[in-house]
Parts: sequence; C-alpha cells; structure tokens
Amino acid sequence: MALTPAAAQALGVAVGDRLRLVSGSETVELNVIALLPGVGGSQQLAVADIATVQSRFHRLGRLSRLDLIFAPDQSASAVLAAIAGVLPAGVAIAPVDEVEARAERLSRAYRVNLTLLAPMALVTGAFLVFSVQAASIVRRRSELAFLRALGMTRRELLGGLLTEAATVGIVGSLLGLAAGLALAALALHVIGGDLGAGFFRGGTPTLVIEPLQLGIQLLLGVAAALAGAWLPAREAASTPPALALKAGDDERALTLLDRKAPGLICLGVGSSALLLPPIADLPLGAYAAIALWLAGSVLLLPQLARSLFASRLFARVAASRGPARRLAIAQLRGAPGLTSIGTAGVVAATAVAAAMAIMVGSFRHSVDQWLAAVLPAELYVRVSRGAEAGFLDVPTQRALTNVPGVARVDFIRQSSLLLKADLPPVALIARPQKTAPASLVGGQVTDDSGKYDLPVIWASEAMADLYGWRVAQRVTLPIGGKAQDFLVGGFWRDYSRSFGAIIIDLDQYRHLANDELANDAALHLASGEQAAEVMERLRQLPAGDVLDVADASEIRGKSLAIFDRTFALTYALEAAAVLIGLAGIAASFSAMAAGRLREFGMLAHFGLTHRDLRRLIGIEAAITTGLGIGVGMLLAFAIALVLIHIVNRQSFHWSMDLQIPWLALAGFGLSMQLAAVIAAIGAARQALGSRAIRAVREDW
Amino acid sequence: MSGLRWFLLWFISLTWNCASAETIYPAVRPGISLAFPVDFGAHLQFRIEWWYLTGWLDQEKSAPLGFQLTFFRLRPGLQENNPSSFAPRQLIMAHAAISDPVLGRLRSAEKSARAGFGIATAEIGDTSVGIDDWSLRREAGAYVARVRSEALSYELTATPSIAPVLQGENGFSRKAPDPHHASYYYSQPQLDVRGWVDEDGKRLEVSGRAWLDHEWSSEMLPAEAAGWDWLSVNLLDGGALMAFRIRGKTGDVLWAGGSAQTPGQAPQILAPADIMFTPLRRWHSGRSGADYPVEMTVRAGKRLLHLVPLMDDQELDSRRSTGTAYWEGAVRALGEDHREIGRGYLELTGYAGRFSMQ
Repeated sequence: MALTPAAAQALGVAVGDRLRLVSGSETVELNVIALLPGVGGSQQLAVADIATVQSRFHRLGRLSRLDLIFAPDQSASAVLAAIAGVLPAGVAIAPVDEVEARAERLSRAYRVNLTLLAPMALVTGAFLVFSVQAASIVRRRSELAFLRALGMTRRELLGGLLTEAATVGIVGSLLGLAAGLALAALALHVIGGDLGAGFFRGGTPTLVIEPLQLGIQLLLGVAAALAGAWLPAREAASTPPALALKAGDDERALTLLDRKAPGLICLGVGSSALLLPPIADLPLGAYAAIALWLAGSVLLLPQLARSLFASRLFARVAASRGPARRLAIAQLRGAPGLTSIGTAGVVAATAVAAAMAIMVGSFRHSVDQWLAAVLPAELYVRVSRGAEAGFLDVPTQRALTNVPGVARVDFIRQSSLLLKADLPPVALIARPQKTAPASLVGGQVTDDSGKYDLPVIWASEAMADLYGWRVAQRVTLPIGGKAQDFLVGGFWRDYSRSFGAIIIDLDQYRHLANDELANDAALHLASGEQAAEVMERLRQLPAGDVLDVADASEIRGKSLAIFDRTFALTYALEAAAVLIGLAGIAASFSAMAAGRLREFGMLAHFGLTHRDLRRLIGIEAAITTGLGIGVGMLLAFAIALVLIHIVNRQSFHWSMDLQIPWLALAGFGLSMQLAAVIAAIGAARQALGSRAIRAVREDW
Repeated sequence: MSGLRWFLLWFISLTWNCASAETIYPAVRPGISLAFPVDFGAHLQFRIEWWYLTGWLDQEKSAPLGFQLTFFRLRPGLQENNPSSFAPRQLIMAHAAISDPVLGRLRSAEKSARAGFGIATAEIGDTSVGIDDWSLRREAGAYVARVRSEALSYELTATPSIAPVLQGENGFSRKAPDPHHASYYYSQPQLDVRGWVDEDGKRLEVSGRAWLDHEWSSEMLPAEAAGWDWLSVNLLDGGALMAFRIRGKTGDVLWAGGSAQTPGQAPQILAPADIMFTPLRRWHSGRSGADYPVEMTVRAGKRLLHLVPLMDDQELDSRRSTGTAYWEGAVRALGEDHREIGRGYLELTGYAGRFSMQ
C-alpha cells in the first residue's frame, strides 16, 4: 500500500515499513511501498490495489463506489438515467458535484450555527456601542450647543460628530478584529476546529483569514457606532443653542426614541419569521426572529420604562420614605430615556446568555437521559477504535457469549444506506429490538391484530424531517441488495447522527441480509460480576488484542465530556455577553452622572451627603437593570424555545425536553443586578467629587 | 513491432526477480509446431505476448498515411492466487498511432487495463484482444481493428492474401546467441486493408496494405541488449521481407534475423550473417535529443533495400508514462534503381538513452 505523507507522519512509518491493519477481528500486515506523490496537505489516506483490499479485508465481490467517466459525445443526463434504471436496490448514481455537496452537508449545520452564534454576540456588542456613543453626545450637549452659538453650522456639527463616531468605530473594530483573530488562533491551537465535537477528524485546521468576512465585521462595528451617534448628533445639531445650554434638557435628545411602531414591527416581523421553513436546510428564519426580537425589545424599552415608572404601583413605592429613593424614582419617571439606553445592553446580554443557558441545559439533560437509554448494558465491545474494516466474526461472537460472567450479549450490526443521492447515508442499526427502543418519542404502531403483516423498523427523528416518514408508514429499504418493505413503528431520539438512523431487529436483518457479522456487542453481566474482571477475561480471548472494551459509565462520561467541550464556546459567548452588558451599564451611568453634575451639586447644596447620592445612583441603577434583566429573561425564554424547537430541530433534526435551570438563572440574574449596581456607582463616583459643587456655579 | 515492446521487455528483465517465486513461465523451445487457429489466440501462461498490426493507407485526396495498432498481454506473475476478480493476473495494453505527413508528426493514443469482466480481454483459441471499445479480432478470416479515442479513431479490416510466415525455425525465433532468449513468432504479411480513419471528426475512406506480427515469449532479451532495429516490408511484387537486429550496449550487434519471401515460393529464413543495417542519414529529435538513423540500407539475404521514411518525425515520446522514447514509423523501400519496391514499417529503439523509470 501507499500512504499520503500526512498519514505516514501520523503513523510514524516510512517506505519499506510494515503496517498492521485491522480486518474483521484479525490483523493484516501490509508493506508501505511508496508515499503518494502530489497528495499533500493534511489528508491521511492509505491506498492499496483493489485486489489486495478485496482479498485481505473480506471484501470479495463487493465494491463501495464506481467512478464513471462519460464518453465525450454522451449526454450526462441520458447516461445517468440509463444507469439508474439498471442499478440494484441501495445503489445510487449521482453527478460529482452532488456527491461533494453531500460531504459538505455533513458538517454544514454545525458550521453555520457556529457562524450564526457569533453575530448574536455582535448584536449585543452593537447595543453597547450604540449606548456609549449616544451617551457621550448627550453628555456634551451644552458644549456642543456652545460650539453652535460660536457659529458652527448644523451641518458642520453633525458631520463632525459622525466623523468622530466613525473614527471611534474604525479604531474599535480594528482592535476588536485583531483580538478576535488572536483568540481564534489560540482556540484552534488549544481546542481544535470543531471544539472536540468530532466532525472534522483527521485534519489539523489552519487559521484561514477571510478578508471579505473581516471587512463585513469591520463595517458592522462602524455602523453600530454611527447608528448610536446618529439620533443624538442630529438632535444636538438641530436644537437651538440657547435651549440646549440650559440645564436639565438632556432628555429631549432622546425623544426620538419615543415611538412604538419600530419596536412593535420588529417583534411582529420576527415572530412571523419563525414560520419560515428551513432555508437551504438552515434555520435562518429562527435566527432572524431572534435578532428582530432583540432589536424590538430594546426599541420598546423606553416606552416600557416610561409606562412602568408612571404606573400607580411605582407611585406607591415612590411615596415611601427616604430622599434618595424618592429622588431616584422621580428621576426615572421624569427621564426614562437616558437610563433605558444603558439598559439595552443588559437586555441583550441577559437574553442571549440566559437563552443559551436554558438551551444547553435542556440539551445536556436530554443527552444524559438518552445515553442512559441507549447504553443499557454494562460493557461494550467493538473491534479497534472506529475502524470500519473491523467487525466481530461469528467465532469471536461465540467466544464473547461464552465468556464466564456474561449473562447476555446483544450484538449490533451497523451499515449505511444511501436513500437519497444528495443526502449523507442513513445508518442502519441491526440489534435485538422486538419492542420499541427506549429512546422512543411520540406515538408508536400497535399492531396486535397483525393487519400490517410487515416487519417493523424504528426510525430516528431525522427520518421524519429529512425523508418525511410518519408512524405506521410503509417504507422500502435496500437490504441485502434487495428492496424490502417495512413498517415505521415509531421515532426515537438520536443525538449521535443528525442525518438519520434506522433500527431493525437483528434476527430480521440477518434473515434478510444474510450477514452474520457484528460491529459492536453489548454485554449484560451476570449479577454480582465485576466489570473489571470480565474485561480482563475478554482480553484473554484469541481476538483480545484488537477488541476495544469500554464500560457504559466510561462511554457516558466521555460522551458528556465531549458535549461539555463542544458547548464550552457558548459559555465563553455568554461570559462575553455579560461583560458587554456590564460595560454598557457602567458607560451609561458614567455618562448620566456627568450629565447630571449640576443636579448632584444642587442636591449637595441642599444637604444630601455623598452617601445619599451614591444611594440615589445605586437605586436608579438597580431599578433600570432590574427592568433590563426582567425583559431580558422573558426574551430569553422565548429565544430558548426557538433554539430548542426550531434551531436544533431544523439544523440537527433532533428534539429535546425543555429543562429550565431555575437556580442557575436566578443566580445569574442576581449577580448581574449586583454587578450592574456596583458598576453604576463606580462609574458615577467620579462625578460626585468637588466637581458637582463647582457645576452649580457653571450654571448661569 | 511496437517500440513499446522494447520497454516492456526491458521492464520485465528488471522486475524478473520481483515476481513471486512460485510463478513458473513456460520456456520457449525449438521443435514445437504452431497450430492455427489456436495459436492465433492468446497464450496466457507465457510472460508476454503481442499482436502488432502496421501498414500503409491510401486515401483519395492527400498523401498516404501510416498506421499501427499493438495489443500486449502481460502475465506479471503477481497475486495469481488472489480470489478477487480484480487480481491482475493478466494485463492488457494497447497502443495506436497514425503517421500523417500533412500533420508532420504522429497522432497516438494508448490504453491499459488488467484483464477481466469482459472489458479487457485476451481470448484463447483465436485472435481476440480488446480494451473497452478498442479491439483486434479475427472475424471470418480477416483481422478487424477498432480504435476510438480523442486523438485518433479508425476501423480497419485486414484480409490475408497469402499464408502466414513462420519466423525462425518453424516459428521458434531466436533473439540472442543464448537460445533461451527466444520467442514464438509468426507474421501475416500482405494484408488487404479497407476501412475508415477519423480526420477532424470526419470518416475518411481508406485502403491499403498491412502486416501483422504475433509473438509470445517468457524470456526474450538478454541483459546486454540496448535496443533493436526492426523492419517489415510488404513488397510490391507480392513478396514479404522481415529483418531485425538486436544491438548491444557497446554498439555491437548481438543477434539478427529475418525472412524473405518471393511470391509463390516458401519463405527464406535469414541467419544473423545475412542481415546488415547501414545508417545513411540521422534525424535529430529536439524532443528527446535522440539521433535516429531514419534512412538506412538494409541487406537481407540477396535483397538490398534503401529505406526512406514517410516523414522524419515519427518519434513516440512516452517518457512521461513509460520513461521511454523511440522511433516507429512508415518507410518506403527503394530498390537498387531507386524505384519504390515496397512499403513497410521500421522501428528504432534504444536511441534515446537508457530507459529510466523517473
């Protein structure tokens, strides 16, 4: 055989060496006679003559693929049709591009969902940029009015402010891109291209810099900065300078936000986007809905704040004792706009982080339950690690059954069926299955009367999504080279294959396919037997050195570890969202405090201590972030439902049970609240120094 | 003969020791009489075998063309016990070329496959070899050659007008002083050819004269051999002449042989001393850098022929696939009075340096 240079390097062999390969339950030795010239990169392939492979790897009379080259004068479609007419059951013919698309499809859902999670973080970040920009202009409102009074035209002022915003946006985005690339390189190095999910085994991913994508990210960053600056800048430029120079007029800058329609439209359009079918097999409608809901909620926030603070309930709270509390509520009632800008970041951060937490929590819970259902036995045996050429032949099966301490062995035969040329193949799992599998979801066929008179198969949920199967439907499968009719007994949950799997009873399969081999064996131990002792006995078998034995808890632990590793990214995104939200609070309160210097100075003159002022700001922050967290949490539940029932279902074709981590969410909300209050007070602290006293004098 | 044969024989001598030890190839021995039509067919036990059809084709409008079609059968002696239908027990290779003076160089194409599945075959019993839509078969006493490719396509029927000529001692043809280096070899000269040749997508009706060689062996060339010159000529008077010499690495002649037939008489078998090749003019190939003696005088017994090529550039440069380049083309045979007395094919190998597997 010949190896690609990458394969030779990975296996540590050179030309002239012998390589031991697993074939069935035996090992075969082949000579490495050459390295494949011209096959570079990270592809790990071994190539041997077809006759060698057929005879040494139990493949006599079998071919897995034929590549056809058409004669130049033939029409491809005519040849395709002619060949398709004579193919046996289970064999499909497809043009090369379709086959390539199939391979591409295997990992596409994973890749695209990962790509779409990133903009979610970006959206949260955009709210922060927006609020910081808006606040920075509102804060300088009187300076800007002064510039206007000195003769600067509206156009010059607007242009200047927007140029400033664009500059900040460009510098910030460039810094962000550099940091992002560095993080990506680090993540690739430390975790790998698929975060350990096992999609892209065998290749070492390299960091590919896509200038177009980076350019789009840069533009988005600048656009967020410009959008944040636009409204207050326009207002600052158009307000008569005399009015703007007066104190206490900041709220006017934000009256433009006092429109209900845009927010309501966003929510409405977003909700109807949920009804969209998957586009190119991707839940694009669901992602659009999430983005629109986020935007709509943030746009409606000032309205909500205004009506909430004006409500009677709030008035009753306001009537309570303590000047700080009363003042805080009066401020919020009088000027809800500025504070709610800062809250936008909190809403987005809470919504994204809590929604991901609910989804991941539900997913993990469901996977855990599923693992328990699919791993009922104590020990699992297969031939070597992931080797497709490996299987348990009949003597090895018999030997396994006769190992002392083993009460029962369930053999599992796996093969794949290509049912549609443009979809990845479906796994056919033959195992003892006289009744419905444990991971069944939804209804099942009850055929007591025997009216169907067909063998029953059990399909994974993906079969319903991708092939339109229904319970009690009659389907045809190519088994043993012949088309056979079956009855779909019901659907079961499968988290390991998102392109479909079918369970058939092993006896039924062996009868139809005339195939006595097995890939895996599930060993149920006799009561009182120790797994470790039985494992040792298994190692003493003739085929013991190629058998890979694992106990169920080990497989379960490893699977959950892989799951957690895969979702580590989402935890990182959640953390980023929270930090961004807190930064938004800090920025907006710092701006607000600066804008209210004169007010604080006046209050100090009236006898309020610094402590009272800090309390005042703390209470304002607590109420606004509380509002933001409340809205964010509500939004999070809605988004989590979309992630669970639409995004996962459409992308990976599996369902999961909603499992809400109440405790974690409560802890998260409270810490967010606390952190926000601390951030707000810390940010406003500066403003509470002697500057407040001086500020009163500035006001003439 | 096709120059590719030279490469194959050389390759076999290199890989002789690589074949599995238990593969026993039959030896070529004198005193065995060939029986037809069985010996028209393949001899699967022998290591190498070929059917080699060459000739001249006249067409209405322009100059004559030369054509060549060779089918090889090889028994590599590997994996003979492998039960797989894909086991390479027999390999079939085919090579076709057309010498077109208008084009000024060869058009050629080749195919190769392991025998099996009725797609690549070398049948026993009668001539029938083929790969895909290429084939050479004896049908109703005539040879039918079919070639389809992008570079050239033709379909020609070659009907014998005289009996086959058994070369050497009743078909036992020696190739070196050591009689182990020999082959079974017969020729079918003076074939009447009719058919068509593809030219720019159009089928051009052609007719002419051709020559078929069929040869099989297990151990043909000695290690000292460096190349050969090989000539077959259909004489205009109805006679036929074949002459070859095997050259050694030092430029000496290791062996030579041939036959000359006058119409109505038994062929005269020529001894090494009867054959003499004398180069008259060399053509330099810019492609391979080789200098080929494309114009020669050949003394074969009593005959003296002056060979003039149909065109100078009839070199086949397959260095990229087989690592070899050779000259193989249509030649006119002029008599002592410089009048054309016959048309044939000349093959010159071992002029482009040592073969290299790179």
